[in-house]
Amino acid sequence: MGRYAVRRLLQFIPVLIGTLFLLHYLTTLSFQFNGNPVRALFGDRQPPPETIAALTRAFGLDDPCLSQPGNPCVGMFVERVGGYLRGDFGVDFNLQPVTDLITRAAPVTLRLTLLAIVFESVVGILAGVIAGLRKERFADNLVRISTVLVISVPIFVVGVLTQIIFGLYIGNWVRDRTESETMEAIFSISYQSDHPWASLIIPSMVLGATSLGIIARMTRTELIESLRSDYVRTARAKGLKPTRIVGIHALRNCLIPVVTLIGIDIGGLMAGALITEGIFNIPGIGGLVFRSVRTGETPIIMAVVPLLVLVYLIASLLVDLLYAVLDPRIRYE
Amino acid sequence: MPESDILQAGTPADSKAVASLYFDTTAPLLDVQELRVDFQTKEGVAHAVNGVSFTLEAGRTLGILGESGCGKSVTAQAIMGILDSPPARVVGGKVLLSGVDLLTLNEDARRQIRANRIGMVFQDALSALNPVFTVGWQLGELFRKHRDFSRKQAKQEAVRLLDLVGIPAAGQRVDDFPHQFSGGMRQRVMIAMALALDPNVIIADEPTTALDVTVQAQIMKLLADLQAERNMGLILITHDIGVVADVADDICVMYAGREVEKADVYAIYDSPAHPYTQALLESIPRVDMKGQQLASIQGLPPNLTSMPSGCAFHPRCRFARERCREDTPPLYTVTPGRLSACHFFQEVLDS
Repeated sequence: MGRYAVRRLLQFIPVLIGTLFLLHYLTTLSFQFNGNPVRALFGDRQPPPETIAALTRAFGLDDPCLSQPGNPCVGMFVERVGGYLRGDFGVDFNLQPVTDLITRAAPVTLRLTLLAIVFESVVGILAGVIAGLRKERFADNLVRISTVLVISVPIFVVGVLTQIIFGLYIGNWVRDRTESETMEAIFSISYQSDHPWASLIIPSMVLGATSLGIIARMTRTELIESLRSDYVRTARAKGLKPTRIVGIHALRNCLIPVVTLIGIDIGGLMAGALITEGIFNIPGIGGLVFRSVRTGETPIIMAVVPLLVLVYLIASLLVDLLYAVLDPRIRYE
Repeated sequence: MPESDILQAGTPADSKAVASLYFDTTAPLLDVQELRVDFQTKEGVAHAVNGVSFTLEAGRTLGILGESGCGKSVTAQAIMGILDSPPARVVGGKVLLSGVDLLTLNEDARRQIRANRIGMVFQDALSALNPVFTVGWQLGELFRKHRDFSRKQAKQEAVRLLDLVGIPAAGQRVDDFPHQFSGGMRQRVMIAMALALDPNVIIADEPTTALDVTVQAQIMKLLADLQAERNMGLILITHDIGVVADVADDICVMYAGREVEKADVYAIYDSPAHPYTQALLESIPRVDMKGQQLASIQGLPPNLTSMPSGCAFHPRCRFARERCREDTPPLYTVTPGRLSACHFFQEVLDS
């Protein structure tokens, strides 16, 4: 397993370099066709050419290759990657170091993702188990219908609806009846830095909703399959209690693909956080990317996107390793 | 652990649910009477088991024979109480274990009977063993849950059992997973699991299917040896008439959920008293018939939701007459202890 992990880790390097180059080339092309982004900073005003020249130099955008459409600007790319290796990720248009922006935003997104994972795993698996045990009865139909709903409705619709229902109607009702700040924070419609966890609860539910539906459905199907299997029949022939048969013998097998799904979802949630963070005004990584894409702040995009790629890669590596732990039939050498 | 202690550990530490039952040691070990099992299907009610009766004494082996879908496995699972219901439902009959009717017991008592008094060996051990737990864990689980053994004690018991069923280097293999064993070794693990709590009855449901012939012989010998050593009753379910010949004392031939012939093994092989048994025997490949067309039974077993009238075998029977279409044959006594559900058993015997 150790050698396998090392081999996989080494594969990260070409993937990351590829991602970086692709991003670099896309942003370079956008500069080459759209012109110097520094001009956009001034809006309608007409700044003196010296100011623009100075700023362009400061952002490292004075390379002549930027005026030759199609030129990949390899020199700039090498310089940038060299800077990354030294720990220098550049500055944004407000001259703030990108590393500062990321370290400020990352904890918020991590909290959001963590809450979403806990929410979707606990509720999703529980709903799946109940539906699987009560196959084709009321509880099962309820789970099946509600999961189709959360899977099929786009996240921004769920987000806005949640804001209106929980933030406004239920929120007002709660605010009329409680003095508790935490309760108010939970039902506020946006992020509040005084309540870094409570105000993220409802956004995390929105974020995790789609995956919750998929997890519940998968758990249900796997459990039904497993309850029909020969090893469950053996467990029954062993005179074990029904709770043990379901909880240990059946569920242990069902959860192998479900855990895999949750692991891969870490990357998906990071991407989904982009919209959720936008709707609930959460100053996380997603918000940062969203803003930078609009204003064309290359240094931020160039630093954050590979970071997300790295998170995705690490998550999928962990899932693969975990798979071998969960399923003894799988061996890596 | 010395041998006598093993036997001591084997006396079922019955819970309250079972301790209050009166097991009559003079009654037959297992007495199945008129057992009926229905399956609720979309096409209607399928009568999978249609009034099966047999008796099993300690130390004896009963072979239940029949082709696929004739109700052998359903009978076994009904005795164990592990049928999936719905769709299956036991609609009649009695399953007496030392005089106690298992069908009337509550679920908790029923559960205690499993593994403690009736053990079961399934076919295809690869799918019947849980793939994600070590065999030691799966064997030890019985001792931990039924005997309150510690994990360490349970593992010792697992090693002892693996050793008992002839798995080499049991001490090391106890931590292996089912997929790491060969087919024959896996079936030995399955047997060890059925034996673990020293049951009085073992039901082996096609224990040698999907094993190669030499391994089949080893497994059958192992089962027979263990059975003789422990004086257990053994029910051997199979569609392979060759497998039961060496091991079984009595044979019960089933067709369409009913027994059609019951006799001791010599009588049946010598001169079958039912056309179905006769046809089964003729379909055994034989070395001295090499190069000739293998005899087979024409047609298929009947659809259980719409059984033929009269004798269920009549559409495939070469002795069939008008009477067979209308009149369901009872179990005629051919000679004392020998039964056949055929109106014309004498004719079959003579042919």
